[in-house]
Amino acid sequence: MPDRLTRADVERIAALAHLDLTPEEVDLFTPQLADVLEYAQRLQAVDAGGAGGGWRPGASDCPRRPDSVRPSLDREATLANAPDGVAGGAPESGGFFRVPRVLG
Amino acid sequence: MTTDAPRPAGMETAASIRDDVRAGRRSAVDVCRSCLDRIAEGQDRWNAFTAVFRDEALAEAAEIDRRRDEWRGRPLLGVPIALKDVICTRGRPTTAASRILAGFRPPYDATVTVRLREAGAVLVGKTNCDEFAMGSSTEHSAYGPSRNPWDPRRTPGGSSGGAAAAVAAGLAPVAIGSDTGGSIRQPAAFCGVVGLKPTYGRVSRYGLLAFASSLDQIGPLTRTVGDAALVLEALAGHDPRDATSAPAPAAGYTAALTGEAAGLRVGVPRALLERADAGIDAEVLAACRNALDALQAAGAVLVDVDLPHAEYAVPVYYLVAPAEASSNLARYDGVRYGARAAADDGGEDGSSPLARMYDRTRDAGFGAEVKRRIMLGTYALSAGYHDAYYGRAQRVRGLIRRDYVRAFDAEAGPGVDVVAMPTTPAPAFRLGEHLQDPLAMYLGDVFTVSANLTGLPAVSVPAGLTAAGLPVGLQFVGRAFDEATLLRLAHAWERAAGVRCPPPNVPAGG
Repeated sequence: MPDRLTRADVERIAALAHLDLTPEEVDLFTPQLADVLEYAQRLQAVDAGGAGGGWRPGASDCPRRPDSVRPSLDREATLANAPDGVAGGAPESGGFFRVPRVLG
Repeated sequence: MTTDAPRPAGMETAASIRDDVRAGRRSAVDVCRSCLDRIAEGQDRWNAFTAVFRDEALAEAAEIDRRRDEWRGRPLLGVPIALKDVICTRGRPTTAASRILAGFRPPYDATVTVRLREAGAVLVGKTNCDEFAMGSSTEHSAYGPSRNPWDPRRTPGGSSGGAAAAVAAGLAPVAIGSDTGGSIRQPAAFCGVVGLKPTYGRVSRYGLLAFASSLDQIGPLTRTVGDAALVLEALAGHDPRDATSAPAPAAGYTAALTGEAAGLRVGVPRALLERADAGIDAEVLAACRNALDALQAAGAVLVDVDLPHAEYAVPVYYLVAPAEASSNLARYDGVRYGARAAADDGGEDGSSPLARMYDRTRDAGFGAEVKRRIMLGTYALSAGYHDAYYGRAQRVRGLIRRDYVRAFDAEAGPGVDVVAMPTTPAPAFRLGEHLQDPLAMYLGDVFTVSANLTGLPAVSVPAGLTAAGLPVGLQFVGRAFDEATLLRLAHAWERAAGVRCPPPNVPAGG
């Protein structure tokens, strides 16, 4: 059985999940997540030898559709929902999502 | 307030409203106004809605009245319907009860939204739920908890708690929910209404804000089994916009309701129900046993079934669902929709202003339960742990499915038509009771998550009241894409059970 989840584990997972947790949240979540993961340890006792890769719905069929051009969402309507969408026609003047600086 | 109606429209069945509107006995506008008034009156008490489309709904109803002759064949003509706030409505708020989607107005309708309109329904508003449908109590909502019409100190369940409260309190005759681990059936059980989770693939998920894509399914909460069948006929069917939607024919659900249970084979997983650690409330068990006795008296055949892996459904679910959620919710990053946290100059660790914006937006925008699930899922999928957690959970999921396949198989197993069990191990709990102990909350999902893990259809129907006056739900799980038999048995039980009493806290008048 793996060691009980620690604060350091929670901080590592939060970074992977892009969550800027407060120290209070780390305090709260560490024992709660550890309890759930400990409970899940009972799965290790199941003889799953014959179960192969498991099951998920639709795994057996791979539906196809015609590869044809169809209308997609309207650009202006889509940008209207963005916190910092820049409406406009040509790429250089608008029609994109603006984000903070990418380089640190 | 209507003057020509003895009861609020929200207390009637969809079928009777449709018949009245179709025959011209009542206008769609009258029906709609009756619901809207009751929703407004009940909002402080139940907190069942996150948005009400008053003007739009009245306009839709007026159009129905104008075109009544032309549209008279529509199966839900003039029926007011509420949608859980995880279902997209074009140009109208769709928040998943999350701060991170504050202000979001989808540029498109979900397929179910389109189909309901085409069936003649009037969309009255959006119902409250746990944030991104993650929870069993509606307490994890940015709008605050909904309340149970049978006892306002208790939860209506979740995550479709607002939907169940709305139907139980007579605010709307029908609400559409989503069910990833019991989110239609558990609140239906807690609120004494009918809740149907169709087979995975039966109803299109296009336009449903995704929680766990291999588990999510949309379905109705209604006052009667007949209404559940009627609404399923409108919702079901193949949709090219959802690659997992099934091409299997979808029709004949209302025709299947013969009232007859004779000859149907009902599987009872006695070993699961008698497990000492299952923690089933004695009154819940007694109510379900009484219901099964009544079905037997009506000609159904009770058969023991063995589901040896069902006891592992909760741990499997709470690894698989969070894993899928952690992936699905990666899209909420403050760029394309919803709220964005203010940018700064970047982190001390050299992270960019963009990365800091992502992390701060997500921490500010998501509530505690959503963060817990994202964290669990991220952990279960992370390097070094994937095989031990996610991989193992998927393999055990296969074993749970195999148990059910065998139970339904007449050669390899007992060949039952449905499997019966309580919907929940206990009736509605008090608000706040499990809030600090997520694992305790999760364990209450023991009887509902298997139907999602296996993709099978399942329905919760009222099975009486506890001594304290709280509803008990009885659940039937059916064969894949055989909702007809599932609903036929549920309907037979409903007929055998007779009169249902309305919640005592709900005012009867308009």
